[in-house]
Amino acid sequence: MSSIQQLSVSHLLGIKPLTAEDIQLIFETADEFKEVINRPIKKVPSLRDLTIANLFFENSTRTRISFELAEKRLSADVLNFSSSSSSVTKGETLLDTVNNILSMKVDMIVMRHPAPGAPHFLSHHINANIINAGDGTHEHPTQALLDAYSIREQLGDLAGKKVAIFGDILHSRVALSNIYCLNKLGAEVTVCGPPTLMPKYVQSLGVKVSHQVRDTLEWCDVANVLRIQLERQDLKYFPSLREYAQYYGINRTLLDSLGKQILIMHPGPINRGVEITSDIADSSHSIILQQVENGVAIRMAVLYLLAAKR
Amino acid sequence: MSGATPIFVTIMNKGRVILDQERFSLTIDRLCQQLIETYDNFEDTCIVGIQPRGVWLSDRIYTRLQHILGHASFLYGKLDITFYRDDFRMRAKPLKASVTDMEFLVDDKNVILVDDVLYSGRTVQAALTALNHYGRARQVKLLVLVDRRFNRHLPIQADYKGITVDALDDAYVKVEWADSNQADRVLLFANKQEAEQG
Repeated sequence: MSSIQQLSVSHLLGIKPLTAEDIQLIFETADEFKEVINRPIKKVPSLRDLTIANLFFENSTRTRISFELAEKRLSADVLNFSSSSSSVTKGETLLDTVNNILSMKVDMIVMRHPAPGAPHFLSHHINANIINAGDGTHEHPTQALLDAYSIREQLGDLAGKKVAIFGDILHSRVALSNIYCLNKLGAEVTVCGPPTLMPKYVQSLGVKVSHQVRDTLEWCDVANVLRIQLERQDLKYFPSLREYAQYYGINRTLLDSLGKQILIMHPGPINRGVEITSDIADSSHSIILQQVENGVAIRMAVLYLLAAKR
Repeated sequence: MSGATPIFVTIMNKGRVILDQERFSLTIDRLCQQLIETYDNFEDTCIVGIQPRGVWLSDRIYTRLQHILGHASFLYGKLDITFYRDDFRMRAKPLKASVTDMEFLVDDKNVILVDDVLYSGRTVQAALTALNHYGRARQVKLLVLVDRRFNRHLPIQADYKGITVDALDDAYVKVEWADSNQADRVLLFANKQEAEQG
């Protein structure tokens, strides 16, 4: 049980500034929102006096829909913005865009941006609560929260659990946020991928590094498999996707040969046949769709608790 | 419907017992008998306790009714109203939600809403909003252990009440339960700080 009644932060810029107590409070609040979203009427009036702007300067399906649904379930007014159809293409700065939106009386900002640190920059210049929905290769805090929440739901308390993160660790904001979150909750973390996709000094975050998929799978209770972020790769990190799939992909033969149950997670979007095969993604090992459902409950909890800080 | 005489209080220095263990138990029994008088065998009727403190009372009422009636064939739910409060963000601290345990819809049912103390009426208003999300009840009645009838902010009244307390706005009524305290009893304090100091 979390002993605190409110979050220690006014913005959710990343997992790094959160305490373990903050994370527990978010989980306990999400438990109750999960009950709400499974009712016949899936809506509560908590945020009916707030307007929330979703600013997406980068493409997104799951995260944007999940945030929008969470906001609507809390009865907030919702404003959607995507950079491709906006004045950003005419050369407006981020601060000008956001200030113009805020002058229309917006209370909270959910932002995804390709530049690491963009939400931190905004938090120093504007009055609204900011939620980082992914900033470049830096952090994606709500994804890490929903991942840890999904593990907690399946396996109980995270302390002592062994979690392996596979794939493109170098370009993944999900990996960094997951490492912070799992560490704070007392889980053991191993990152596994090709040496070229492993950030230097990643061990300094308190994780083990492996380049052997099989050994890592034998060690772990949970495998969180990440996508190769081709859009962020400015040079060739491995010879071909086919070779990557052969050496680092997770498939049925590999999992069956382990003789134990592993929880398979993926933040989406999946590149079927590359990091994970279809039969594994759709198998009973996989909790990929439960992660998506939990995403709405976690985002409701984050929005609700941050609104209480206003 | 209330059988109790109002309690008038003007000066208090420390908490005093306004309902002791013996009368507490009689009061619970009376409330149960009043419910049986109206709802007979509780067909199409459900009891819904408001989290967290109303559930102490509703648990007790539910158990006592089962004992008296000799069966348990009526619906019982626990409703948390944290997300429905109108004072969210005006309080010093946000309220952490308690568990909601409502395994049924209230469409066309008689609902007996249960809380420990009726003060401003805002909790009951929030509970009515929350209840609305579980369907359209045929009828909703309110049962409370303590009715502070001169402190209402809204036009909400109890249908079944244990005791009526007429006290100043600052006064604080505390209901203690044998399950977590020494005994079942109701105490009256001059203010909330005094109650917290014990």
